Amino acid sequence: MSQYLFFTLSILTIVSALYVVFSRNPMHSVLSLIFCFFTIAGHYVLLNAQFLAIVHIIVYAGAIMVLFLFTVMLLNLNKETEPHKTNWIKIAAVIAAGMLFLVLIASLKSTELGPFHLPYRSTIGFVQNIGIKLFTDYLLPFEVSSILFMSAMIGAVMLAKKEK
Amino acid sequence: MKEVATNYVPQNWYLLLSTFLFCVGIMGVLFRRNAIIIMMCIELMLNSVNLLLVAFSAYSGNSDGQVFVFFIMVVAAAEVAVGLALLVSIYRNVASTDINVLNKLKW
Repeated sequence: MSQYLFFTLSILTIVSALYVVFSRNPMHSVLSLIFCFFTIAGHYVLLNAQFLAIVHIIVYAGAIMVLFLFTVMLLNLNKETEPHKTNWIKIAAVIAAGMLFLVLIASLKSTELGPFHLPYRSTIGFVQNIGIKLFTDYLLPFEVSSILFMSAMIGAVMLAKKEK
Repeated sequence: MKEVATNYVPQNWYLLLSTFLFCVGIMGVLFRRNAIIIMMCIELMLNSVNLLLVAFSAYSGNSDGQVFVFFIMVVAAAEVAVGLALLVSIYRNVASTDINVLNKLKW
Protein backbone atom coordinates (compact mmCIF):
# COMPACT_ATOMS: atom_id res chain seq x y z
CA MET A 1 0.00 0.00 0.00
CA SER A 2 2.68 2.52 0.94
CA GLN A 3 4.52 1.73 -2.29
CA TYR A 4 1.46 2.77 -4.29
CA LEU A 5 1.14 5.90 -2.17
CA PHE A 6 4.81 6.65 -2.75
CA PHE A 7 4.44 6.25 -6.51
CA THR A 8 1.32 8.43 -6.69
CA LEU A 9 2.87 11.16 -4.57
CA SER A 10 6.16 11.01 -6.47
CA ILE A 11 4.50 11.31 -9.86
CA LEU A 12 2.44 14.27 -8.66
CA THR A 13 5.56 15.89 -7.17
CA ILE A 14 7.62 15.43 -10.34
CA VAL A 15 4.88 16.63 -12.69
CA SER A 16 4.15 19.75 -10.65
CA ALA A 17 7.90 20.49 -10.26
CA LEU A 18 8.37 20.25 -14.02
CA TYR A 19 5.33 22.49 -14.55
CA VAL A 20 6.95 25.13 -12.31
CA VAL A 21 9.88 25.27 -14.72
CA PHE A 22 8.08 24.95 -18.04
CA SER A 23 4.91 26.99 -17.42
CA ARG A 24 4.82 30.27 -19.35
CA ASN A 25 2.65 32.09 -16.84
CA PRO A 26 4.39 32.97 -13.52
CA MET A 27 1.06 32.65 -11.70
CA HIS A 28 0.70 29.02 -12.82
CA SER A 29 4.27 28.37 -11.67
CA VAL A 30 3.47 29.66 -8.19
CA LEU A 31 0.26 27.60 -7.91
CA SER A 32 2.00 24.49 -9.16
CA LEU A 33 4.82 24.98 -6.64
CA ILE A 34 2.22 25.18 -3.85
CA PHE A 35 0.81 21.86 -5.05
CA CYS A 36 4.33 20.42 -5.17
CA PHE A 37 4.87 21.45 -1.53
CA PHE A 38 1.62 19.73 -0.51
CA THR A 39 2.76 16.49 -2.10
CA ILE A 40 6.11 16.77 -0.31
CA ALA A 41 4.15 17.17 2.93
CA GLY A 42 2.41 13.93 1.93
CA HIS A 43 5.82 12.29 1.68
CA TYR A 44 6.61 13.48 5.19
CA VAL A 45 3.40 11.91 6.49
CA LEU A 46 4.36 8.69 4.71
CA LEU A 47 7.70 8.80 6.55
CA ASN A 48 5.88 9.29 9.87
CA ALA A 49 7.25 12.81 10.36
CA GLN A 50 3.95 14.42 11.38
CA PHE A 51 5.46 17.48 13.04
CA LEU A 52 7.50 18.38 9.96
CA ALA A 53 4.52 17.76 7.66
CA ILE A 54 2.43 20.32 9.56
CA VAL A 55 5.30 22.80 9.85
CA HIS A 56 6.03 22.37 6.14
CA ILE A 57 2.45 23.19 5.18
CA ILE A 58 2.28 26.16 7.56
CA VAL A 59 5.66 27.62 6.61
CA TYR A 60 5.79 26.88 2.88
CA ALA A 61 2.19 26.87 1.68
CA GLY A 62 1.04 29.33 4.34
CA ALA A 63 3.85 31.86 4.48
CA ILE A 64 6.47 31.57 1.75
CA MET A 65 4.18 30.86 -1.19
CA VAL A 66 1.70 33.55 -0.12
CA LEU A 67 4.64 35.97 -0.18
CA PHE A 68 5.56 34.78 -3.69
CA LEU A 69 1.95 35.03 -4.83
CA PHE A 70 1.61 38.58 -3.50
CA THR A 71 4.87 39.62 -5.14
CA VAL A 72 3.80 38.20 -8.50
CA MET A 73 0.47 40.04 -8.18
CA LEU A 74 2.11 43.26 -6.97
CA LEU A 75 4.57 43.34 -9.86
CA ASN A 76 1.71 42.38 -12.22
CA LEU A 77 3.71 39.65 -13.97
CA ASN A 78 1.83 37.68 -16.61
CA LYS A 79 2.32 35.70 -19.76
CA GLU A 80 2.92 38.74 -21.95
CA THR A 81 5.60 40.39 -19.82
CA GLU A 82 7.42 37.12 -19.13
CA PRO A 83 10.98 37.22 -20.53
CA HIS A 84 12.28 34.09 -22.25
CA LYS A 85 15.73 32.83 -23.00
CA THR A 86 16.70 31.83 -26.50
CA ASN A 87 16.04 28.24 -27.54
CA TRP A 88 19.75 27.42 -27.56
CA ILE A 89 20.11 28.33 -23.90
CA LYS A 90 16.96 26.37 -23.03
CA ILE A 91 18.27 23.24 -24.76
CA ALA A 92 21.65 23.71 -23.07
CA ALA A 93 19.92 24.05 -19.68
CA VAL A 94 17.94 20.84 -20.15
CA ILE A 95 21.03 18.94 -21.31
CA ALA A 96 23.15 20.28 -18.43
CA ALA A 97 20.52 19.29 -15.84
CA GLY A 98 20.12 15.88 -17.48
CA MET A 99 23.88 15.30 -17.37
CA LEU A 100 23.97 16.29 -13.70
CA PHE A 101 21.15 13.83 -12.98
CA LEU A 102 23.02 11.10 -14.86
CA VAL A 103 26.26 11.74 -12.97
CA LEU A 104 24.50 11.78 -9.59
CA ILE A 105 22.62 8.56 -10.38
CA ALA A 106 25.84 6.90 -11.55
CA SER A 107 27.58 7.85 -8.32
CA LEU A 108 24.62 6.82 -6.14
CA LYS A 109 24.25 3.48 -7.90
CA SER A 110 27.13 1.89 -6.03
CA THR A 111 26.23 3.27 -2.58
CA GLU A 112 25.63 0.70 0.14
CA LEU A 113 22.98 1.85 2.58
CA GLY A 114 23.45 0.45 6.05
CA PRO A 115 20.93 -1.32 8.27
CA PHE A 116 17.70 0.60 8.77
CA HIS A 117 14.46 0.71 10.73
CA LEU A 118 11.15 0.79 8.95
CA PRO A 119 9.69 4.24 9.68
CA TYR A 120 6.02 3.22 9.74
CA ARG A 121 5.80 2.38 13.42
CA SER A 122 8.48 4.70 14.77
CA THR A 123 7.52 7.71 16.86
CA ILE A 124 10.63 9.84 16.33
CA GLY A 125 8.82 12.31 14.08
CA PHE A 126 6.07 13.08 16.56
CA VAL A 127 5.74 16.48 18.21
CA GLN A 128 6.78 15.13 21.61
CA ASN A 129 10.10 13.67 20.52
CA ILE A 130 11.06 16.55 18.21
CA GLY A 131 10.07 19.02 20.94
CA ILE A 132 12.25 17.31 23.54
CA LYS A 133 15.17 17.32 21.09
CA LEU A 134 14.59 20.95 20.13
CA PHE A 135 14.42 22.26 23.70
CA THR A 136 17.33 20.25 25.13
CA ASP A 137 20.06 19.49 22.59
CA TYR A 138 19.24 22.23 20.10
CA LEU A 139 18.13 25.02 22.44
CA LEU A 140 20.86 27.49 21.44
CA PRO A 141 20.32 27.16 17.65
CA PHE A 142 16.58 27.49 18.28
CA GLU A 143 17.06 30.80 20.09
CA VAL A 144 19.60 32.03 17.53
CA SER A 145 17.11 31.33 14.74
CA SER A 146 14.65 33.70 16.40
CA ILE A 147 17.30 36.45 16.19
CA LEU A 148 17.81 35.54 12.52
CA PHE A 149 14.08 35.90 11.90
CA MET A 150 14.02 39.25 13.68
CA SER A 151 16.86 40.61 11.56
CA ALA A 152 15.33 39.20 8.37
CA MET A 153 12.01 40.88 9.19
CA ILE A 154 13.62 44.26 9.90
CA GLY A 155 15.80 43.91 6.80
CA ALA A 156 12.84 43.09 4.57
CA VAL A 157 10.88 46.09 5.83
CA MET A 158 13.88 48.39 5.41
CA LEU A 159 14.59 47.15 1.87
CA ALA A 160 11.00 47.32 0.64
CA LYS A 161 10.34 50.74 2.17
CA LYS A 162 10.02 53.62 -0.25
CA GLU A 163 12.97 56.00 -0.16
CA LYS A 164 12.10 59.51 0.83
CA MET B 1 6.34 -11.71 4.77
CA LYS B 2 4.27 -10.73 1.77
CA GLU B 3 2.69 -7.92 3.76
CA VAL B 4 6.13 -6.52 4.58
CA ALA B 5 7.19 -6.72 0.94
CA THR B 6 4.31 -4.56 -0.27
CA ASN B 7 4.42 -2.18 2.68
CA TYR B 8 8.01 -1.20 2.43
CA VAL B 9 9.42 1.68 0.38
CA PRO B 10 13.16 1.18 -0.22
CA GLN B 11 15.45 3.98 0.89
CA ASN B 12 16.91 4.20 -2.63
CA TRP B 13 13.64 5.48 -4.04
CA TYR B 14 13.80 8.56 -1.85
CA LEU B 15 17.38 9.09 -3.00
CA LEU B 16 16.24 8.88 -6.62
CA LEU B 17 13.25 11.18 -6.12
CA SER B 18 15.18 13.92 -4.36
CA THR B 19 18.03 13.72 -6.88
CA PHE B 20 15.49 14.24 -9.63
CA LEU B 21 13.83 17.16 -7.82
CA PHE B 22 17.23 18.77 -7.24
CA CYS B 23 18.04 18.48 -10.95
CA VAL B 24 14.68 20.01 -11.86
CA GLY B 25 15.56 22.94 -9.60
CA ILE B 26 18.97 23.34 -11.26
CA MET B 27 17.31 23.21 -14.66
CA GLY B 28 14.84 25.91 -13.64
CA VAL B 29 17.63 28.21 -12.52
CA LEU B 30 19.38 27.78 -15.88
CA PHE B 31 16.16 27.83 -17.92
CA ARG B 32 14.22 30.89 -16.79
CA ARG B 33 14.98 34.60 -16.92
CA ASN B 34 12.46 35.80 -14.36
CA ALA B 35 14.22 36.32 -11.01
CA ILE B 36 11.11 35.33 -9.01
CA ILE B 37 10.89 31.96 -10.78
CA ILE B 38 14.61 31.43 -10.15
CA MET B 39 13.99 31.95 -6.42
CA MET B 40 11.13 29.43 -6.59
CA CYS B 41 13.48 26.89 -8.17
CA ILE B 42 15.95 27.49 -5.32
CA GLU B 43 13.09 26.66 -2.93
CA LEU B 44 12.52 23.47 -4.89
CA MET B 45 16.18 22.48 -4.43
CA LEU B 46 16.01 23.22 -0.69
CA ASN B 47 12.92 21.03 -0.47
CA SER B 48 14.53 18.11 -2.24
CA VAL B 49 17.36 18.20 0.31
CA ASN B 50 14.80 18.45 3.14
CA LEU B 51 12.98 15.39 1.84
CA LEU B 52 16.21 13.38 1.74
CA LEU B 53 17.15 14.46 5.27
CA VAL B 54 13.74 13.42 6.60
CA ALA B 55 13.94 10.09 4.76
CA PHE B 56 17.38 9.26 6.15
CA SER B 57 16.38 10.40 9.62
CA ALA B 58 13.25 8.24 9.57
CA TYR B 59 15.07 5.19 8.25
CA SER B 60 17.97 5.49 10.71
CA GLY B 61 15.67 5.98 13.70
CA ASN B 62 17.39 9.21 14.74
CA SER B 63 15.48 12.48 15.00
CA ASP B 64 18.48 14.83 14.57
CA GLY B 65 17.86 15.02 10.81
CA GLN B 66 14.32 16.26 11.34
CA VAL B 67 15.58 19.02 13.63
CA PHE B 68 18.01 20.06 10.89
CA VAL B 69 15.11 20.22 8.43
CA PHE B 70 13.31 22.51 10.86
CA PHE B 71 16.29 24.89 10.86
CA ILE B 72 16.59 24.73 7.06
CA MET B 73 12.93 25.83 6.86
CA VAL B 74 13.72 28.78 9.18
CA VAL B 75 16.62 29.89 7.00
CA ALA B 76 14.57 29.43 3.81
CA ALA B 77 11.76 31.61 5.17
CA ALA B 78 14.22 34.37 6.14
CA GLU B 79 15.92 34.11 2.74
CA VAL B 80 12.65 34.44 0.85
CA ALA B 81 11.54 37.47 2.89
CA VAL B 82 14.78 39.36 2.22
CA GLY B 83 15.06 38.19 -1.41
CA LEU B 84 11.55 39.26 -2.34
CA ALA B 85 12.03 42.63 -0.63
CA LEU B 86 15.17 43.11 -2.73
CA LEU B 87 13.28 42.14 -5.90
CA VAL B 88 10.46 44.58 -5.15
CA SER B 89 12.91 47.43 -4.65
CA ILE B 90 14.81 46.44 -7.82
CA TYR B 91 11.50 46.40 -9.72
CA ARG B 92 10.76 49.89 -8.43
CA ASN B 93 14.03 51.12 -9.97
CA VAL B 94 14.24 49.32 -13.32
CA ALA B 95 10.59 48.15 -13.77
CA SER B 96 11.66 44.59 -14.53
CA THR B 97 12.68 41.36 -12.82
CA ASP B 98 14.47 40.06 -15.91
CA ILE B 99 17.96 38.88 -14.92
CA ASN B 100 19.38 40.01 -18.27
CA VAL B 101 18.55 43.60 -17.29
CA LEU B 102 20.24 43.19 -13.90
CA ASN B 103 23.75 42.76 -15.25
CA LYS B 104 25.38 45.91 -13.93
CA LEU B 105 27.63 43.93 -11.58
CA LYS B 106 28.72 41.60 -14.34
CA TRP B 107 32.36 41.77 -15.31
